[in-house]
Amino acid sequence: MSATPLLEVRNLTKHFPIRTGLLQRVTGAVKAVDGVSFDVHAGETLALVGESGCGKTTTGRSILRLIEPTSGTVRFDGTDVLALRGETLRRMRRRMQIIFQDPYGSLNPRMTVGAAIREGLIVHGLAEGSAADRRVATLLDEVGLRPEYAARYPHEFSGGQRQRIGIARALAVEPSFIVCDEPVSALDVSVQAQVVNLLRDLQRERGLSYLFIAHDLAVVAHMADRVAVMYLGRIVELAPRRTIFSTPLMPYTQALLSAVPVPDPTAKRQRILLPGDPPSPANPPSGCVFHPRCPNPLKDAECTRVVPPLEEKSRGHFVACIKQPLLHPSSHAS
Amino acid sequence: MTISATRDSTTAPDRPLLDVHALKIAFPSEHGVARAVDGVSFTVSRGESVCVVGESGCGKSLTALSLLRLVPPPGRIESGSRITFDGADILTLDDERLRDIRGQHMAMIFQEPMTALNPVLTVGDQIAEVLRVHTTLSRQETWARTVDMLAQVGIADAGARAKQYPHELSGGMRQRVMIAMALIMSPKLVIADEPTTALDVTIQAQILELLRDLRARTGMALLLITHDLGVVAEMASRVIVMYAGRVVEEADVEDLFAAPSHPYTEGLLAAIPKLGQEEERLQTISGSVPPPTALPSGCTFRDRCPYAFARCATEEPALLQVGSAHRARCHLVEEPARRAVRHDVVRT
Amino acid sequence: MSRRLSPAFVLMALLVAVVVAGPLLTPYAPNAQLDIIALRSQAPSLAHPFGTDAVSRDVLSRVLDGGRVSLALAILSVSLSLVVGTLYGAMSTLAGGVVDSTMRRLLDVALSIPRLLVLLAVGALWGALSFPALVLLIGFTGWFDTARLVTDELRALRAQEFSLAARAMGVRGPRLLWRHLLPHLLPTLVITASFGVAGTIALEAGLSYLGLGIQAPQASWGTILRDGAGVVQSEWWLSLFPGLATVFAVLACNALGDALRERFAPNHVPRRATSRDTAPIPMTGTTSPSAFSPSRTVRP
Repeated sequence: MSATPLLEVRNLTKHFPIRTGLLQRVTGAVKAVDGVSFDVHAGETLALVGESGCGKTTTGRSILRLIEPTSGTVRFDGTDVLALRGETLRRMRRRMQIIFQDPYGSLNPRMTVGAAIREGLIVHGLAEGSAADRRVATLLDEVGLRPEYAARYPHEFSGGQRQRIGIARALAVEPSFIVCDEPVSALDVSVQAQVVNLLRDLQRERGLSYLFIAHDLAVVAHMADRVAVMYLGRIVELAPRRTIFSTPLMPYTQALLSAVPVPDPTAKRQRILLPGDPPSPANPPSGCVFHPRCPNPLKDAECTRVVPPLEEKSRGHFVACIKQPLLHPSSHAS
Repeated sequence: MTISATRDSTTAPDRPLLDVHALKIAFPSEHGVARAVDGVSFTVSRGESVCVVGESGCGKSLTALSLLRLVPPPGRIESGSRITFDGADILTLDDERLRDIRGQHMAMIFQEPMTALNPVLTVGDQIAEVLRVHTTLSRQETWARTVDMLAQVGIADAGARAKQYPHELSGGMRQRVMIAMALIMSPKLVIADEPTTALDVTIQAQILELLRDLRARTGMALLLITHDLGVVAEMASRVIVMYAGRVVEEADVEDLFAAPSHPYTEGLLAAIPKLGQEEERLQTISGSVPPPTALPSGCTFRDRCPYAFARCATEEPALLQVGSAHRARCHLVEEPARRAVRHDVVRT
Repeated sequence: MSRRLSPAFVLMALLVAVVVAGPLLTPYAPNAQLDIIALRSQAPSLAHPFGTDAVSRDVLSRVLDGGRVSLALAILSVSLSLVVGTLYGAMSTLAGGVVDSTMRRLLDVALSIPRLLVLLAVGALWGALSFPALVLLIGFTGWFDTARLVTDELRALRAQEFSLAARAMGVRGPRLLWRHLLPHLLPTLVITASFGVAGTIALEAGLSYLGLGIQAPQASWGTILRDGAGVVQSEWWLSLFPGLATVFAVLACNALGDALRERFAPNHVPRRATSRDTAPIPMTGTTSPSAFSPSRTVRP
C-alpha cells in the first residue's frame, strides 16, 4: 500500500436539522454522522459496519457529496472534495462511484439497461455511438451478463442481475474508488455469493478501492481488509479484519459479533446480549454514546462526560474508549 | 374455549398438531395458471420447533399464510390440498370456527411489524383486541393481562408502553408487541413469518432468545419461516427446505447441516459466508430461481445442479427416504454414484 | 391489451371516426338552410334522423360538424395546457431552491382562481372570440393542474434512488430531467389529457350554450343546445341529440382515461422497498417479476 491514502476523511459530520412548529424552527438535530475519521488506501477495502441508524450510509453518501456534509474534510487523491464546485465536482464523480443497496430502486425503470450504463460514457464524453455500445457490451460481459441484455428493461431481471447492472454502470466511467452501499443486503444467499465474488474479482483486476458498507459481518469477513464499526454516528473501533474478528476490544463489537446467528446447530453460543434499544441519533447520550448499554465493569461517571477519541491501542487497532476495554472477547475465529 | 367438534374430540397424542398434505396454491398469470406452491406436505407435532427455509419465491410465505387461510387473492388454494390442525380441517371450516382458531389456537407473527400493526391504535388496544375477540373478560382484566403480556415479552415499563402508538416504538419493540399479540391466548402453534428479517442483528438475537424462552415456558409449537440458515441452526429441531414451490429436503437440524442430501441444500450451505472461515471465494449456486411459469421439465433444480444427469430432465424425483427422519427430492438418493460426477453449470 | 382497455379504445375510435368522417357522409352541409318554409323545425324523421332546426338546417349534420369543432377545440386546448404545464413544472424543478418554491406558490395562487369565472369574465369583456382565440384562452387557463402534477411527480422522482444514481454519475439537471425523469410522466400526462379532453368538451358545450364560446352560425354542440334552449319541450330534438353526443363523448374520454390509468398507473410507479425476487431469465421474452413472493423488505 502506498504511503498516502487514496481517501482521507477527517471529522466528517452531518447533522440533519429537526424543524417543528408553524414557522418550521430548528429545534434540534439528528446527528447522523458525528465526527468520523478514516483512510482508505489504494486497492484496499475498508468495511463500515453497524446497525440501522449508525450513520454508515450517510457517511458513504457524504463522501460523494450526494449529501452535503455539515463539516469535516474529505481528501481524495490530494484534492479537497468538499471544496469542489460545478464542473470540477462533476469530473471528480468519474473517479468516485457508488453502488446502491436496492436493486429495484437504483435503476430507472424507464431506461434500458444499455442506456443506463451508457449514461456515464456520454455524460463524461468518454464514448459515443457504436463505440459506446461496444463498451456497454464489454461491461455487461465483465459482470457476467449477456451483451444482448442491453436492450432490456430492469424489470425483466432478478435482484442479483440488477445489482450486476448497477456494478457495470459504476464501472463504465472507470473509477478508482467505489462506495458499495450494502450491495448484497437485499439479495438471497446464493445470489449474494455471486455478487461478492464478482466485486472481489473486479477489485483484483482493476485495482479498485472500496468503502464497503454493510451490516452483515459474515459478508464483511469475505470482503474487507480493514473494518470500522460505527455506532450512533461515530466509529467505535477500527482494525484489520483478522484482528476485529479474533480480538474485538469494544463491547459493542463483541456484542455485534456474538449476535450473528451461526449456521451450525452444534456450535456453542456465547451470546452477549446488549440491554435495551439503540438510542435515537436525535438525542444521543452525552459523552460516550454507548455508555447506557455498556457492560464494561470499569464504566463510571467519566464515561458520561467525555467523548472518547478514536485512539490506536495496538498496531493498526483503533478503539474509542477511555477505559481499558476489559471484556474477554468471545472466540469466533479459528 | 373448545373448537366445535366436526372432528375427533380427543386427538391422539401421537397425531401431529398440524398436518399439511399436498398443498397447492395457484395464481392466474398471462402464461396460464402458475403454481407458487406445488404439492407441499409436512407436519408439526405438539411443542416442536420446525423451520421452513428457502429463498425468495420458493413459496414459504404463501404456505404459512394458507395455514390460516390468509392467502391474498387472486391466489387460490387448489382442491386436493388438505390442512388439518388439531384434527380440524382448516380448508372446509366455516368462518365462525376459523375465527375461533385464529389468534387463539394458531397465531401468526408477521415479518414487518410496522405494516402489520395498525398505526392508529395503541399497541395495548391491539393486544387487548385479541382478548376481546376470544374471551369475555372484563375491561380491567383484559388490560391487566395485556400489560402482563407486554412485560413477559421483555418490554420495560409495560403499563406506559401499552398506551403508545406503533410509530413511537422501535422496530425491536414492535416485533415484541407482535409476539405478545400472538401469544396472549397461549396458542398451540405459532407461525412466525421471517420475524427477524427486518431487524438489526443485535435485536434479532434478542427476539430469537425471547421466542426460545417463551417456547420453553408455554410448550407451544413453532413454525418458523426464514431464509437465514443461521436462524435455522439456532431455532429449529426439524428443517424443511423449499425450492420453487416444493419441498426438496426435510431432516432433523443436525442431519441437515452435517449431511445435506439435496444439491440445493448443499449449495445453500456452501454459499453462506461464515465468520472464521474466510475462504478465497464463496461457493455459489449458478443461475437463479425459475419463475413458476417457466419451470424446467423433470427436476426443477436441474438447470442449476452440478450433478444433473439425463434422468433429471425427464423425471421429477419424488421425496425419497435418506435416513429415518431425512428425506430428499433427488435422484441421487437412488443413484448415489452420480454424486462423484460434478460439472460446471453454465453461468447466466 | 387489458380487458378494460379495448372497449374504451373502441369507443374513442368510434367517436373520432364518426366525427371526422361524418360530415363527409351526410348529404347536407351543416349550415345549409334547406327549405326555410317546409323544413323548419321538423321532428326527427327518416330523411332527417335528428330533425331540423328553426332555420331548416339538418340537425344530424350540425351535430356531426359540431362534434369536429368541439373535439378539435378540446384536443388543441388540452395539448396547449399540457405543454405549458409541463414546461412550467420542469423549469421550476430544474431551478430548484427559492425559485422553485416561488413558482410553486404562484401556482397555488393560480389554482385557487376559479377557471369558469375567468372564462366568463373574458367572454363578457371581449364578446365573440375566434376559434384560435378560444383555444388559447381555454388552454392558458387550464395548465395549472398539469403544472402541479408535474412538479409533484418530479419531486417524487427526484427522491428516488435512480435519480441519485444519475447525479452520482455526473448527469446535469437538464439531461436528468429530459432523459431520466420526463419519460415517467408520459402515462400520467396521457391520462390527464384524456380526462382533460372530456372536461373541455363539457366546458365548451357550457360556454357556447351561454353564448361565450363558439359563435353562430358555426355548429358546435353548445350552440345547438343554445338554439334549442327556449323550445326544450316543443323542439326537444335540438336539446336531446347534442346533449347525448356530449355525454357520449365525455364518457368515451373518461373511459379511456380510466382504462389507461388502470393499465399504466399501478405498474409504473417505481417500487421503493423490495428485495429478494425470482429471476425471469430473459431468454424467452419478458416476464414480470414475481408477484408470488409476498415477503419483501429492504434491510434497514
